[in-house]
Amino acid sequence: MSMQQTLPLPGVTPERTGAHRTDHLLVADMVSPGSRVLDVGCGDGELLQLLESRGIDGRGIELSREGVNGCVAKGLAVVQGDADTDLVNYPDDAFDYVILSQTLQATRQPRVVLENLLRIGQRAIVSFPNFGFWKMRLQLLVGGHMPRTENLPATWYDTANIHFCTIKDFVQLCDEINVKMERAVALDLYGRPVPLNLPWWVWNMFGEQGVFLLSRGGVK
Amino acid sequence: MSNVRPITSQPIPSDDRAQEVDHPSSLVAKFGLDQPLKLDCGVDLAPFQIAYQTYGELNADRSNAILICHALTLDQHVANVHPMTGKPGWWENMVGHGLPLDIDRYFIICANVIGGCMGSTGPASTNPATGKPWGLDFPVVTIPDMVRAQAMLIDRLGIDTLFCVVGGSMGGMQVLQWTAAYPERVFCALPIACATRHSAQNIAFHELGRQAVMADPNWHQGRYAENGTLPHRGLAVARMAAHITYLSDAALHRKFGRRMQDRELPTFSFDADFQVESYLRYQGSSFVERFDANSYLYLTRAMDYFDIAADHNDVLAKAFTGIKTRFCVVSFTSDWLFPTSESRALVHALNASSARVSFAEIETDKGHDAFLLDVPEFFEIFRAFLQAAGKARGLGNGDGQS
Repeated sequence: MSMQQTLPLPGVTPERTGAHRTDHLLVADMVSPGSRVLDVGCGDGELLQLLESRGIDGRGIELSREGVNGCVAKGLAVVQGDADTDLVNYPDDAFDYVILSQTLQATRQPRVVLENLLRIGQRAIVSFPNFGFWKMRLQLLVGGHMPRTENLPATWYDTANIHFCTIKDFVQLCDEINVKMERAVALDLYGRPVPLNLPWWVWNMFGEQGVFLLSRGGVK
Repeated sequence: MSNVRPITSQPIPSDDRAQEVDHPSSLVAKFGLDQPLKLDCGVDLAPFQIAYQTYGELNADRSNAILICHALTLDQHVANVHPMTGKPGWWENMVGHGLPLDIDRYFIICANVIGGCMGSTGPASTNPATGKPWGLDFPVVTIPDMVRAQAMLIDRLGIDTLFCVVGGSMGGMQVLQWTAAYPERVFCALPIACATRHSAQNIAFHELGRQAVMADPNWHQGRYAENGTLPHRGLAVARMAAHITYLSDAALHRKFGRRMQDRELPTFSFDADFQVESYLRYQGSSFVERFDANSYLYLTRAMDYFDIAADHNDVLAKAFTGIKTRFCVVSFTSDWLFPTSESRALVHALNASSARVSFAEIETDKGHDAFLLDVPEFFEIFRAFLQAAGKARGLGNGDGQS
């Protein structure tokens, strides 16, 4: 599993707005001030640092030792661990938000992970690469091979991503497990939001990744 | 079987050791009858003394003090030549100029634990009531007792809040006890290769060691000093068994394999044919020269009794409720005495208490003893954590430079 695998991967440099990555700012704007946040797969801690600079109490889980070391050096509270095995150990309602960035597709049990996110946190912010992105579709349709993109350059036999989905699939799963979508944003290759006023099928086609703010649904 | 050499042939009733027990060459804080140490067993221990060493200078704010808690058979001689063995301090790779525990930046304190034998009051000390060593008349002490005594020392030194409490193994247990008992007095904590309670397997190993000591006829029910003997064989066997638990299969294999000791062929005897046997015998016999057998019984017992959750209705997280201390928990992949699972249980409890905790499992084949050895990744995270915490504490110069 490559929980440390966040943007950027080779080839694409995510757009920055000032000192911060545009996609990080988008996520940070979804978090209300003064809340408690767990960033699952926090990498080098860049997003956590942004959150803490806004007075948010942040914690992280990171698989790679280099990532943990880097975070500890920044004064962040980060625990070495794995989304599949370690989320179960967190108590209910421990956080206001749990963030899972570009990791869902690399977990063994995405559905269980998603359920845990919303058990531990009142809200979850989940982002993942959209397998319905036009470049993916084109490669499969025309090229007849498993798609590879700038952000997902691994071949099928050495990729850590074992559970790809499209934005449409993800929306369906949320519906199935009674998760409420409070906000949904599609990002392009550079982490810039796709204009909001476009219909769903456009997002599913032109969004390179989807970012969702989720909360627990009511009783069905 | 004429060529069988026992572990060690002669007892060493060293005058040096008797001297260090009551009149240590390090600093000593003496507590009189008016300041008893209230022990968990119900006894008020008074008078008593704590032997300690310090390195570096306490700053004007008294905010840069770091307390090192030592492991089972170590002592306060962290970064100076040991007065009895003549060997370098046990953490000289960690404590010094420019090292992670930088004596140019921090005021570093290490005290011999209560029940120890390097100058703090313990079973080898002279019982003021009899003028003879306490022996088994010494009350049984616990990890919380050790920490209570350290807190009295810290008070004596005029320090309100420790910047950091750090230690490995039994030292790590003391770190956790500090944070559970005095959370407001510990700014950050580094418990290394330890657990919140001693496991059944570890109690079993300790019992093996104690039985080895007590089975030695020279032990004399703990009154060996009056009998002019030392249970050196029993203590050496105890040390040999314990030493195996501090290493790992891979480390032993890397160091010794099946190599022979100064010979090509087996001697068809019970002599130390293998290097690993010779090494263990050396470990055993050198240990008895510096450590008191009764003290070994008491300190292993203190570890056995340790169980933080037991004091909090068996809910570990309750021990750390509302704690502000920053934690960095470290474990080692090949440590089977205090395996990573123990550290993870601690981390889960700290998470459940909303504590500010970092955790890293360091990859090494060096076993439990890795915390005493040169493991670069361990040093990196240690240094990084202290520098970031120092910044938060306003100690300045948290520049990330080594």
